[in-house]
Amino acid sequence: MSRLTLLALQILVAVVVIGLWQLLTSVPIFGTVLLPPFFFSRPADVGARIVKWFADGSIWIHLWITLTESVLAFVIGSLGGALVGFWFARKPLIAAVFDPYVKMINALPRVVLAPIFALWLGLGIWSKVALGITLVFFVVFFNVYQGVKEVSPTVLANARMLGMSERQLMRHVYWPSALSWMFSSLHTSVGFAVVGAVVGEYLGSAAGLGYLIQQAEGVFDVAGVFAGMTVLAAFVIVIDVLVSVVERRLLVWRPVAHDARG
Amino acid sequence: MQQAAARESAAPRAVHLDDLTIAFRLADRSTFTAVRDASLSVADGEFVAIVGPTGCGKSTLLNAAAGLLTPAAGTVEIFGQPLAGLNRTAGYLFQADALFPWKTSLENVAIGLEVAGTPKAEARAEAARWLSRVGLGTFGDRYPHMLSGGQRKRIGLAQVLIRHPKILLMDEPFGPLDAQTRQIMGNLLLELWSADRKGVMFVTHDLEEAIALADRVVIMSAGPAARIIGDWTIPLARPREVAEIKLDKAFHDLHREIWAVLRDEVMKGYAQTGGLG
Repeated sequence: MSRLTLLALQILVAVVVIGLWQLLTSVPIFGTVLLPPFFFSRPADVGARIVKWFADGSIWIHLWITLTESVLAFVIGSLGGALVGFWFARKPLIAAVFDPYVKMINALPRVVLAPIFALWLGLGIWSKVALGITLVFFVVFFNVYQGVKEVSPTVLANARMLGMSERQLMRHVYWPSALSWMFSSLHTSVGFAVVGAVVGEYLGSAAGLGYLIQQAEGVFDVAGVFAGMTVLAAFVIVIDVLVSVVERRLLVWRPVAHDARG
Repeated sequence: MQQAAARESAAPRAVHLDDLTIAFRLADRSTFTAVRDASLSVADGEFVAIVGPTGCGKSTLLNAAAGLLTPAAGTVEIFGQPLAGLNRTAGYLFQADALFPWKTSLENVAIGLEVAGTPKAEARAEAARWLSRVGLGTFGDRYPHMLSGGQRKRIGLAQVLIRHPKILLMDEPFGPLDAQTRQIMGNLLLELWSADRKGVMFVTHDLEEAIALADRVVIMSAGPAARIIGDWTIPLARPREVAEIKLDKAFHDLHREIWAVLRDEVMKGYAQTGGLG
């Protein structure tokens, strides 16, 4: 299939879905409207709402807040996960001691931490950043840990025979290997940073895309909910594309582009 | 065998393995003796090939000479000094891919000098010279995954030789390559080696390759507890051309003589591994 045909078919799916939605919410079939607009809104209304947000500029502050929270959660969570993962992998004793606790915290659905973070850090951005960190940290931690553990024994023996000291092994062997595993999970960890931010906002905040959706829901403004969801989806896709660009730049030495989503 | 012994005493011994026994602790806590009472000397500048059936502990012997594993009994001497820890005077060419996948060819070759403290620019310039010496002068910015198996072996050879090791340890280095590439690599190795002769321990399961390359061929018995059971001097003239020398009558005579000993061990080894090895 050519790229053009594929693109045409992909657009066709959107046109059919949105067309049906518009049709079923506005034209009565056998005397009844199958999807009452009160519950399902209308694509035209949703579109009008999005246009209005961007036209009066009220959306930017929410996008900015969510972006800030996501970036902070990603950077802090990644740094922490990488450092601790590296440390645990090089000190098996420490890893063994902490192993049950790491498993326990990772098994916990992180949403239940949101009220605690709100209590500790208030309703500002930091309670959302903290929630995002708890999600990002473990993804990066497990990948870096694995990356250091799974360095090829032959490559390691070769590095030793080439005269590398322990410090040089870190720099030239363990670290690049760990980084490659970390980058292969970049899509997942960036996604989790956004999830942390939005869920945190949804549960209690004064700004952000999650707040926007929650507010609309509170007054049964279904068009607002769908508009918020659409903007959020577009936001995540833009970030995902950026991550792909970064990934391609950083992992040029990789044989195939790994897609470690989900 | 007498000839070989006479040769040993003439030059200083680059590697001397004396009554070496190497054992591994298995998962069920029993011990597996890979090599028992093996003695072998490699003179400085001498090319010794070690041939044996699959799984006989040839690589184990090499790893002991490299200091990558400690023998259960016996001693390893490098230029007369007992070996403690890693063998810093040796270069090791591995059977499996050992290049750093995140470094370009040039960086892979230069790294041995860089970690020893050579300034980066100087190390890179020297690496570029070595790349052209192994015929890959224009491939400096490629990553290992972009190269063929033969090209990766050339990079590996340059990576090891750039440090001018006094001893070269090679563990079936051309094993994964196809027949033509093996011959080309064999010739390249002989060319580089004759320009700067070092003691070489070359492990292979291919007797033809061993005779074509080496000054001496050592045969190991089938494992476990493998021993050295034969030692032949190869008097074929140098320089050699690996493909052509195999047509030589002297080559055939040697091959027949050594194969008569090796064949029994190969059959034994084959029976033990159930033909899987």
